[in-house]
Amino acid sequence: MSIKIGSKAYAERIQDGIDNSFMRKAVSSAQGRFRTGRLKAAEELGDWEDWRTLGEEIRSHTMENLDYYLHQLSEEVEKRGGTVFFAETAEEANAYVQEIAKKKQAKKVVKSKSMVTEEIGLNEALAESGCEVVESDLGEWILQLDEDPPSHIVTPALHKNKEQIRETFVKKKGYTKSDDPVELAAFAREQLRQDFLSADIGVTGCNFAVAESGAVTLVTNEGNARMVTSLPDTQISVMGMERIVPTWEDLEVVVSLLTRAAVGQKLTSYITALTGTRLEDEVDGPEDFHLVIVDNGRSKILGTEFQSALHCIRCAACINACPVYRHVGGHSYGSIYPGPIGAVLTPLLDGYEDHKELPYASSLCAACTEACPVKIPLHEHLIMHREIIVERERMNAKSEEIMMKGFAKWASTPAAYKMSTKMARTALKPWTKDEHIENGPGPLKGWTDQRDFPAPPKKSFREWYKHREERRNG
Amino acid sequence: MKVSLFITCLCDTITPDVGKDTVQLLERFGCEVDFPVGQTCCGQPAYNSGYKSESAKAMKQMIKAFEPSEFVVGPSGSCVQMIKEYPKVLKDEPEWRERAGRLAEKTYELTQFLVDVLKIENVGSTFKGTATYHPSCHMTRLLGVKDAPRILLENVEGLNLIDLPLKEDCCGFGGTFAVKNSAISGEMVQEKAEHIGETKADYLIGGDMGCLMNMGGRLRRNKQEVKVLHIAQVLNSQ
Repeated sequence: MSIKIGSKAYAERIQDGIDNSFMRKAVSSAQGRFRTGRLKAAEELGDWEDWRTLGEEIRSHTMENLDYYLHQLSEEVEKRGGTVFFAETAEEANAYVQEIAKKKQAKKVVKSKSMVTEEIGLNEALAESGCEVVESDLGEWILQLDEDPPSHIVTPALHKNKEQIRETFVKKKGYTKSDDPVELAAFAREQLRQDFLSADIGVTGCNFAVAESGAVTLVTNEGNARMVTSLPDTQISVMGMERIVPTWEDLEVVVSLLTRAAVGQKLTSYITALTGTRLEDEVDGPEDFHLVIVDNGRSKILGTEFQSALHCIRCAACINACPVYRHVGGHSYGSIYPGPIGAVLTPLLDGYEDHKELPYASSLCAACTEACPVKIPLHEHLIMHREIIVERERMNAKSEEIMMKGFAKWASTPAAYKMSTKMARTALKPWTKDEHIENGPGPLKGWTDQRDFPAPPKKSFREWYKHREERRNG
Repeated sequence: MKVSLFITCLCDTITPDVGKDTVQLLERFGCEVDFPVGQTCCGQPAYNSGYKSESAKAMKQMIKAFEPSEFVVGPSGSCVQMIKEYPKVLKDEPEWRERAGRLAEKTYELTQFLVDVLKIENVGSTFKGTATYHPSCHMTRLLGVKDAPRILLENVEGLNLIDLPLKEDCCGFGGTFAVKNSAISGEMVQEKAEHIGETKADYLIGGDMGCLMNMGGRLRRNKQEVKVLHIAQVLNSQ
């Protein structure tokens, strides 16, 4: 896998999403739960806006000084027996992990959820090297069995319900019990336990690395990250280069924001912090620890108007608040990063060619910006992308460009503007019935495909006003 | 107090009655109203579509038109918010940026002007009926006008205001989004129409013509008998 998922065109993906009533129901109810949870958690804190400001300050300070903190982090990791590898590209990161797998003669790799390894396609790379890769996050495990990409960055299998999950377990793992979530989870646990015990390498993502101590921290509700990091002798953590905080105090703030903004939890069940390799008097932990810090396009974002997109702490609050996401689901975005943050991040990391529609898949209602716990102005980023698509990349439709040039002329020439408001009714007359247009021409078609358009009345406001002034002045 | 009307392009062309109510409402409270004829469209359709230089042309025309005005008041949260963005959009042209800043500073959305500037919380109107109110996205989230419309509506005699479920959700208008992403927008406005239906209200009230046209058009398509009104029409009702 890479950032891009599937090969269908945008319009087709959107229609698939809209037609999937099963998925939409699941997404809508999850969004409802997450949203209520987030608002409740914010209310409990009382000073949510102050927390957001603090979160923004930490993230922006870290990005402004990223080189310093990356250097500090790598020094600290190495001091504690770990090895750090800076990968500029996905290929470099994968090759490095493949090399370790080869050295260790690894047959089985067990993983704890990581979006960045999805982004770089690490599973496929390891499979090519002859390693069996087992996802240990319940959602990811289900998707792996089903050969389905994630549709959400926190709850990757959000688009599936328990009946579908049961069916997957029956088909792929010989499951025989009911669709009761407790039974389904117990079955997954039993299956995964074997994998944890027999894995040669554990691979994890990284919610945040703490620069001052070289610790990699993981936030989970299932405890699977603890298994992945304490059982196999070799551990590899893969992180995007922006997933870093300067100190433990900063970690406390961003984790508090993350769990509250994501699902309304004060904290998750587990926050695991891993520092270096197993010491002589310790009973568990890896003998060999590698931290792979992935750039893959991120450094290109630094110093640009999009820098704050790197502040993202992957809480998915924007996704959970987005009405577009609710109706089309995560797969419609064609990217492993869906929703508003996905629409901002995906073209930055993977270019506009395959993702030029994403910045337009938003009504700019700013629910995402309002929900973001670190105050990323997501809707403004979407407008900036649109500007780049039009003015720099010139990927806009010619017909649209002609229309917008016409708009500029119209809106900067009051006489033409006045004339058009006067003429609008006459011009639309052929399509008008009962003071409405139900099947409009040209650009009106998109409108009337979904709703009626009111016909302009006989007199525009400015005509009425002019007559009124004339009457008044005698 | 001298007030220049900012009658948005939709209001001018499609719903002139909303403009008339705006005029009467402001005059009722002693404002000396004028309508600068050089005004056109705020430029938002081009700006939000990525056509920055095209939108700048519309913006400069608006800046020129309202330059002599003391206050500029418009019956649309979204279009007023666009004017607030002018200095940012024109940031690379210092002279225009400054002129844009002056316009942004003196421009208000109608209910915001009534409550914050004229200090009126009760316009003394009477409107008999059951209604629900949709707080449009740009007005509430970006312009930050949340309380003014609610305060004014709550003081309208005879008006029974019912809360709209998930009111803060976008109706799916989004300017060109409604045309460009017609299918998604259709699903969004359908959900909104269902919520409006759940309230069993006779009227839907809003402060932005774009959103009202979108919701009204879908309600009509669905044959839902809900009358759509701009807040100026309710506040000017006797």
